[in-house]
Amino acid sequence: MSSVLLLSRLQFAFTISFHIIFPSLTIGLAAWLTVLEALFLATGRPTYRRLFEFWLKIFGVAFGLGVVSGIVMGFQFGTNWSALSKVAGPIQGPLLAYETFSAFYLEASFFGVLLFGRSRVRPWFYLFSTAMVALGTTLSAFWIMSNNSWMQVPLGYVVQNGTFVPKDWAAILFSPVLWVRFPHMYLASLITGSFCVAATGAWYVLRREFTAEARVMLHMGLYFAAVLVPIQLFFGHLNGDYVHKYQPAKFAAIEARWHDEQPAREVLIAIPDAASESNRYSISVPVLGSVIGSSSLHSKEVGLTDFPVKDRPPVALPFFTFRIMVGCGLVMLLLAWIGSYLSRKERLERSRSMLWLIFLSFPLPYIAILTGWFTAEVGRQPWVVYGLLRTAQAVTPTLTSRMALVSLCVFCAVYALIFVFGIVYIHKLLRAGPQGRLVAPVDSTSTRRPMAIVDGALPALEHATALPATPSAASPN
Amino acid sequence: MAIFWVCALALSILLYVLLDGFDLGVGILYGFAREESRRTAMMTAIAPVWDGNETWLVVSGVILFGAFPVVYATLFSAFYLPVIFMLAGLILRGVAFEFRGKATQSRPLWDAAFFGGSLVAAFMQGLMVGALVEGLPISDGEYSGGALGWLSPFALLCGGALCFAYSLLGACWLIRKSKDELQETAYRIISRAAVGLAIILIFVFVCSVAEHLRVMSRWLERPYLLVFPMIGVAASIVLARSVRKHGDRAPFLMAALGFAAAFATFAITFWPYMIPFSITVDQAAAPHSSLAFMFWGAGIFILPLMHAYTAISYRVFRGKTEPAAGEY
Repeated sequence: MSSVLLLSRLQFAFTISFHIIFPSLTIGLAAWLTVLEALFLATGRPTYRRLFEFWLKIFGVAFGLGVVSGIVMGFQFGTNWSALSKVAGPIQGPLLAYETFSAFYLEASFFGVLLFGRSRVRPWFYLFSTAMVALGTTLSAFWIMSNNSWMQVPLGYVVQNGTFVPKDWAAILFSPVLWVRFPHMYLASLITGSFCVAATGAWYVLRREFTAEARVMLHMGLYFAAVLVPIQLFFGHLNGDYVHKYQPAKFAAIEARWHDEQPAREVLIAIPDAASESNRYSISVPVLGSVIGSSSLHSKEVGLTDFPVKDRPPVALPFFTFRIMVGCGLVMLLLAWIGSYLSRKERLERSRSMLWLIFLSFPLPYIAILTGWFTAEVGRQPWVVYGLLRTAQAVTPTLTSRMALVSLCVFCAVYALIFVFGIVYIHKLLRAGPQGRLVAPVDSTSTRRPMAIVDGALPALEHATALPATPSAASPN
Repeated sequence: MAIFWVCALALSILLYVLLDGFDLGVGILYGFAREESRRTAMMTAIAPVWDGNETWLVVSGVILFGAFPVVYATLFSAFYLPVIFMLAGLILRGVAFEFRGKATQSRPLWDAAFFGGSLVAAFMQGLMVGALVEGLPISDGEYSGGALGWLSPFALLCGGALCFAYSLLGACWLIRKSKDELQETAYRIISRAAVGLAIILIFVFVCSVAEHLRVMSRWLERPYLLVFPMIGVAASIVLARSVRKHGDRAPFLMAALGFAAAFATFAITFWPYMIPFSITVDQAAAPHSSLAFMFWGAGIFILPLMHAYTAISYRVFRGKTEPAAGEY
């Protein structure tokens, strides 16, 4: 692989992995904010209102970082992938334009109401605005997924003069692949929100702070997750079906299946070796591969050697990332169900080990999202538009490796800086807690507080309020 | 359909230049302000609107991608390094709004990021416009200039010119938004920025005559084009008079009119080329099915709504900003 291609791919992977962290949180949080505001309107409990104000601040920071890192994505197709933009622009361009137009618009305009409009609009309109922000973040995800799903399984196009011309937008927007992948990503975002909320609740319970708010966060987060994670596993299975049907080489790579098998084994763990086209240290279960691939006990499953070497994706990366994703999903399922069970029995708050596990689980959904995307994108290789355009042909022809190296370094430096400060800032907001307290008192227990080390080691950020801290105003006006 | 999207694109770029122009300009002037209170006041004057302003850059980018993918691909790959540096600058100055207010020890870092990011972004934009005017090396529809094909004394001069021009616009915005001491300073800045801009524009003009730029011959072919520079000159005269009389709103309006005149001059000089003088609108336009798909949703509903929303938000935040009132 030429170094320009490698550097461009690294840059895209780096910038988009950085970006996805924030939207996946904001999509989930926007839905959570809508639930909180609706509950507050229905019950009038100030706890919900305090939680709303608290999570709105965190939403704001994550939203800002998502927007800023998203701007780069809008230009990167042109800078690094100009050949792709030229031939697929007539389809990808309008989809990404709709993302900017509809979603950006809804988010940006109604988000202004959320920030500045509490005292200026009626309560129902405030709730409506919250729901519109949630709709905006969801639409955003939809358009991005429609673009990516078209790259995974291109439909509804004709080729004219070497460019892909849209012939049937309905086929593109109602692609069966899109409608299993978009729910998969949407559920992943909701689960991310649930786990972040539950983990924050667990943290406060452990620290014996903000008792009322902590309880709501912990229990609601877990209940949501307990319902959502099984649905997500089901959609994950449907995603496997589309890969099996449309992208057999990717499926074989995920399964580390080198040769046709009938019935097929399921490789649980192994070290795939492309040189010898076999697996080392393999542990596998007979027949299970056919069951997973085709829901049958006898089916023949395709192996990688059916494809010419130049059409095969890398094997090790999709193989391992897929397993990490599934592993995270199963751990989240266990945590959500056990946590919900303990919560029903009113035993959760006394089980410190369980609280610690829930607190420490907040990275799991992020790891699952990133590894899931790695599986999807690396598994699609060597194609950028599956079966039609190779990644090597998509890169900007005039790009030199020195230019690509400069840009990669610039992005790494800038993103590292804003990531560190963004995280420190979100941490400050979490530390301040739902009552808008500014600085937590330093006492002898501080060494036991999670993340206390981070707190001391970084430049102090005082005054951690992004919004005028609204104390427990019970009246919605 | 293609004409609709050319107009939508032109309007988005003009809005971007006017709106982000003044807040980038304030960012540049920020670097020359010493006192903490003045810096905060400057930031407050643009805090509620800057992110909305930057939206128009993204809107211009995606219209280009959706409606004119060839131009999108050619321009951004040709201007690889300037685009990357512009984006880095915009990111840094954008997060500086959020982080500066919360930081104590790291505040100098975010001050530098805000000033430096604004300056780099403005300079790169001017440089790209300059290189476009000069003409990008393009053969067979493919950019052929290499990593630094856009680099020339003329392009560098244009980069400098835009920094001065944005500073001027930024100072006019400050006049509108501030009072007392900061406003007085802004009046003084305008005269300095105007002198700087005038000097650099003379160089730009000399340079373009010396290089026999093709743009110049277009002006001889189309004498009616001179109307727009005339409007620009008239706007400058009114601007100078209003500054002397310490007008409140007129300076910004006149500066904006001057920008619009300059923009119109470029746009009409280039027509029908999108990348002068190699790729025309017709060559660049996406197939009808792409343009129509965007038109029936984004074009006739969302774009007008965005314009309305922009107008409304400027109405909401009209008037002078009180110190520290804008921080949310």
